[in-house]
Amino acid sequence: MSVVVANLSASDNYFTFFGLNPRFTLDTSALDQAYLAIQKEVHPDRHVAGSDTEQRLAMQMATYANTAYRTLKDPIQRGLYLCQLNGAQANLETNTAMPVQFLMKQMEWRETLDESASDLDPLEQLAAEVNLARNDSLQELENALEHASYSHAVDILRGLMFIDKFAHELDDAIAELA
Amino acid sequence: MALLQIAEPGMSLAPHERKVAIGIDLGTTNSLVALVRDALPAVLVDADGRALFPSVIRYLPNGQTQAGFEALRHVIEDPKNTIVSVKRLMGRGMVDVSHQDSSPYDFIDEPGMVKVRTVAGDKSPVEVSAEILARLRQLAEDSVQDEIVGAVITVPAYFDDAQRQATKDAAKLAGLHVLRLLNEPTAAAIAYGLDNSSEGTYAVYDLGGGTFDISILRMSKGVFEVLATGGDSALGGDDFDHSLYSWITEHAQLPMLAPEDQRALLLATKYAKEHLSTTPDASIALTLSTGQELHLKINRSQFEELTKPLVNKTMVSVRKALRDAGLQVSDVKGVVMVGGATRMLHVQEAVAQFFKTPPLNNLNPDQVVALGAAMQADLLVGNQSKNNEWLLLDVIPLSLGLETMGGLVEKIIPRNTPIPVARAQDFTTFRDGQTGLSIHVVQGEREIVDACRSLGRFELKGIPPMVAGAARIRVTFQVDADGLLSVHAIEQNSGVQASVEIKPSYGLSDTEITRMLQDGFQSAKEDMQARSLREEQVEARRLLEAVEAALKEDGQLLTDVERALIRQEMTQLHELLQSETNSEILRKATEKAAKTTDSFAEKRMNASIHKALTGKNVAEI
Repeated sequence: MSVVVANLSASDNYFTFFGLNPRFTLDTSALDQAYLAIQKEVHPDRHVAGSDTEQRLAMQMATYANTAYRTLKDPIQRGLYLCQLNGAQANLETNTAMPVQFLMKQMEWRETLDESASDLDPLEQLAAEVNLARNDSLQELENALEHASYSHAVDILRGLMFIDKFAHELDDAIAELA
Repeated sequence: MALLQIAEPGMSLAPHERKVAIGIDLGTTNSLVALVRDALPAVLVDADGRALFPSVIRYLPNGQTQAGFEALRHVIEDPKNTIVSVKRLMGRGMVDVSHQDSSPYDFIDEPGMVKVRTVAGDKSPVEVSAEILARLRQLAEDSVQDEIVGAVITVPAYFDDAQRQATKDAAKLAGLHVLRLLNEPTAAAIAYGLDNSSEGTYAVYDLGGGTFDISILRMSKGVFEVLATGGDSALGGDDFDHSLYSWITEHAQLPMLAPEDQRALLLATKYAKEHLSTTPDASIALTLSTGQELHLKINRSQFEELTKPLVNKTMVSVRKALRDAGLQVSDVKGVVMVGGATRMLHVQEAVAQFFKTPPLNNLNPDQVVALGAAMQADLLVGNQSKNNEWLLLDVIPLSLGLETMGGLVEKIIPRNTPIPVARAQDFTTFRDGQTGLSIHVVQGEREIVDACRSLGRFELKGIPPMVAGAARIRVTFQVDADGLLSVHAIEQNSGVQASVEIKPSYGLSDTEITRMLQDGFQSAKEDMQARSLREEQVEARRLLEAVEAALKEDGQLLTDVERALIRQEMTQLHELLQSETNSEILRKATEKAAKTTDSFAEKRMNASIHKALTGKNVAEI
């Protein structure tokens, strides 16, 4: 049996799929609405009575909609995707070089986490600080992307991924105590 | 229980247009079947007016089976051949089966899934479940006097791939067309949400006979969105019984009990547990086969103290699910209680205390899952009018990962990702001329392979010999709307694209299912030939109906020539369907006819996406 792939033309990307402009600044409620409107049409639950091909297409389209939605919903993933669309690869696996100042900050955070592993107050204080740093970086990212400086955006994004990973670990540690 | 009428007056479809689809709650202790009639979901009852069908099958020496209440009557006298709580064995290997010491069965360790030795032969949990499903199907058929086009079957949200596949296989064996595997707490949320027109974030706490689920959902007009789910597929009311059982055997210093006595004592603990939900103390009186008399009293606080660790275990899952959803306790508007085991008072108290709100008990906790399943089944076969349709967005409960160097797991699809979902991963060869590649897929949250459930080891063969690192093998992991995984691999560099569809090893192969059918599976004694012809006829009719509906709705997407071609194919198939008695010829004809509609299906899908964004649908949401 042949495999039919839904016809997503070459110009299509996650943004245009949802009828949105490919910009970092996003109207999230418009994204939510478009996502639900599309799922209401393509979700496999809507095609239970359809032919095998129709069911397979429905699964592929619903899968694509889920992937696109998850990517655009998360600012870091959205940023990475925008850079990729504009030919700036993050090369996360190979490019791990970071500014010394940034690495110093990371080490300082890690030390605080290790030293206060059983102490809620300093950890929550640290969480607030990390969140602030994250927001600052996101702001910086927005500026870079709005000015189409994609290589700069990639650098910021690599930093944000570090921050995000640390924020998750910190969150886990806080959850253990709470 | 009053459920909101779904169809507006005059909006429900004419009777002859309605299709009958059923919802089945295949439970550990009891099962139920429900369907929507006159826009209202109702649980079907047997000739004696009973809605709960005990999930019990007894095998007799002549190969016949007894089921439900009839089987339950023999549970003590014939413990080895009377299978209860078979759901706990679904998709489980010997090492996963708990309480073996207080279970009277002769287990057989088989690769993938245990079997139980009975007088009628070794029975797989899938076969036992199929017997239960077949009886429920019969009950529904007797009740509606109409063809049942399909069923929605509920599974615990926390069921892994092996358990889901086993459930689907059981349905297939019972001759049921599975419209969807639906998560139990989600089914409950549908029944509750539509009944109460709920808006906002709700938790569903579902403690059944053998499984525990917690789901956090966001309900808004016409959309049910699961934000996170968690639980334990081996924790339920049964475990409370076993705790009490162990306490008694220790307390009364009982020796190793005979199978009949094990069963009798387990049953006595179950009744005592149920009693303690309404009265402060309960007594257990039993005469063992050795003649020893057993007289014990237990009060509620003793029982609660004894089983508190189990309740605490559920609350750990609750906290984790809430955190996964990124929510605080105060964000949760209400907690819907599901499953008979939520009648225990300390369960109610623990939930109330944690969520700082009295749990919602206004729906019958035994029936709400079946009712939700029936509503979803009714929706899926297209009985709901456009205005009343709802959308269900569910998630995968456990992360999927691959084994990497050193027995570690690399997660490829994290838990709580909305389904359907796919992830592609590229692999390459590490030796010159390497032609095979082994991939080990696991499910679970731990970082070590051995601590996760192995779903299957896939051997990719026939990679063209190349220098190390030159091959580009893209492996795609697809999880469908039933939460089931399929794996697909393509070597991209070689001129020939090799593509394999791999079915995980624990699943039953088609030949195994055929063998089970031939082995005299009771509900399907009809001739295999007749059965396969009937299946192909259903397939052909399904295609004809689907294409007819599609042409009516979107025929304008085609040119006159394209339309004429499709019509011609359908007419031919329709004629063949009237006369053809060879299932193989019919299957090929259906496949050929389906092929001519492939590009039409594609056009329709793209048009619907376009419509979703440009039409007024966006504004309507």
